[in-house]
Amino acid sequence: MNALAEALRLIVTLDADLFEILWLSIRVSLIALAISAVISLPLGTWLAITRFPGRKVVILVLNALMGMPPVVVGLMVYLLLSRSGPLGWMGLLYTPTAMIIAQVVLITPIIAALSHQVIENLHQEYRDTFYSMGVTGRRAIVAYLVDARFALTTCILAGFGRAIAEVGAVIIVGGNIDHLTRVMTTAIALETSKGNLTLALALGAVLLTLSLLVNALVIGVREYAAKRQYA
Amino acid sequence: MPDSLLPIRIRNLRLIKGDRAVLDGVNLTIEELGITVIMGSNGAGKTLLLRCLHGLIEPDQGQITLGNLTVADSRDQQAMVFQHPVLLRRTVLQNLAFAVPDIAKADPQQLLAALDSVHLADRANQPARMLSGGEQQRLALARALLSKPALLLLDEATASLDPASVLLIESLVKAQSKRGTKVILISHDQGQGRRLADEVVFMSGGQVAEQSPADQFFTEPRTPVAEAYLAGKILF
Repeated sequence: MNALAEALRLIVTLDADLFEILWLSIRVSLIALAISAVISLPLGTWLAITRFPGRKVVILVLNALMGMPPVVVGLMVYLLLSRSGPLGWMGLLYTPTAMIIAQVVLITPIIAALSHQVIENLHQEYRDTFYSMGVTGRRAIVAYLVDARFALTTCILAGFGRAIAEVGAVIIVGGNIDHLTRVMTTAIALETSKGNLTLALALGAVLLTLSLLVNALVIGVREYAAKRQYA
Repeated sequence: MPDSLLPIRIRNLRLIKGDRAVLDGVNLTIEELGITVIMGSNGAGKTLLLRCLHGLIEPDQGQITLGNLTVADSRDQQAMVFQHPVLLRRTVLQNLAFAVPDIAKADPQQLLAALDSVHLADRANQPARMLSGGEQQRLALARALLSKPALLLLDEATASLDPASVLLIESLVKAQSKRGTKVILISHDQGQGRRLADEVVFMSGGQVAEQSPADQFFTEPRTPVAEAYLAGKILF
């Protein structure tokens, strides 16, 4: 009970250590999300509206990658960035950039697979009209992304939820270094193992609040879209 | 107005679905401007023929030429209005602007005039999918006409609309026909056929059973199957 009260105090008093960790978590996840969205949304859309040999295999692999264990992603990115790895010369291991890379690898298949499903449904509806209007290629991709904007926002928020809650990959490539790569999830894991439940609980509460906010945003976006017949 | 796509020649068109020929050797020549109405009972192959003509379906056999062009080459001179209009999840005006290939070159005055012609100017900034069925179909027609097509195809575009919306769409189609656009429309409505058609193509069993001037078709159909259809008898 004391730990809980102390955790609340840390939040209310805007504890510097806590908010440093919180800010790094949000920054890393938002940058990873932005990079991933730029890759995954056009990729998902392109997969939904084009037909080519091997397309089903690509979709199968994409869907399989959605469930890829974070520690495996962490290990892959670690091998890439370690001193003896192909990108070792960049010196990125144990930096926030390494964590961003790991999160991009982790959430890109998730957003791409979800957006592929959203756009495929829309494509069923729009296909004949777009054909009739001569809307193809880049113009079609942009049109699908614009028209599915609300559903895609949900996909993106799902990606953000996954990124911010991730621990396995970022602890491997980030190293959980204090004041450098320590984020909420890795801090919770560390503080719990040390028996320091106060900070762990405070971070847990913030993480839970963030998760609730993201879900509230998803519901809000859906309701707005439904009301305007944009869903 | 683009070059005429006439004559439209359809030769021995066959389309197989499962083990059945749903278009079974369609031969048809359309030479004149004006409005051609395709009639026939459900399953006669009307929609499939129109979709082949528009390039939405690739037939298994046969040939279609429009003037000197193939279906693919004539696509940018064609426009089609479907029975159920598909509107983008955007405003009415944005839906119309989407019909302009280079949206930066869209002339707002031209777009508003087009909306005005279908009595939707006051709805320009509303979400298009909140319009009524008749309004949505009028918007779909305005969108189709924006490209100034040489050939306008309408697949039961007024089915399930209220009489006022039907008459408004008919007047727009007639006006467009007078401007030199060839119109081919599918309808089950004999009244609409009498009001609009210069020529009627009657289909039955995946084939063209009869092609006649409208006056003749409605007074003296040449085939028993067309006669039965006009008398409201169920055809099997």
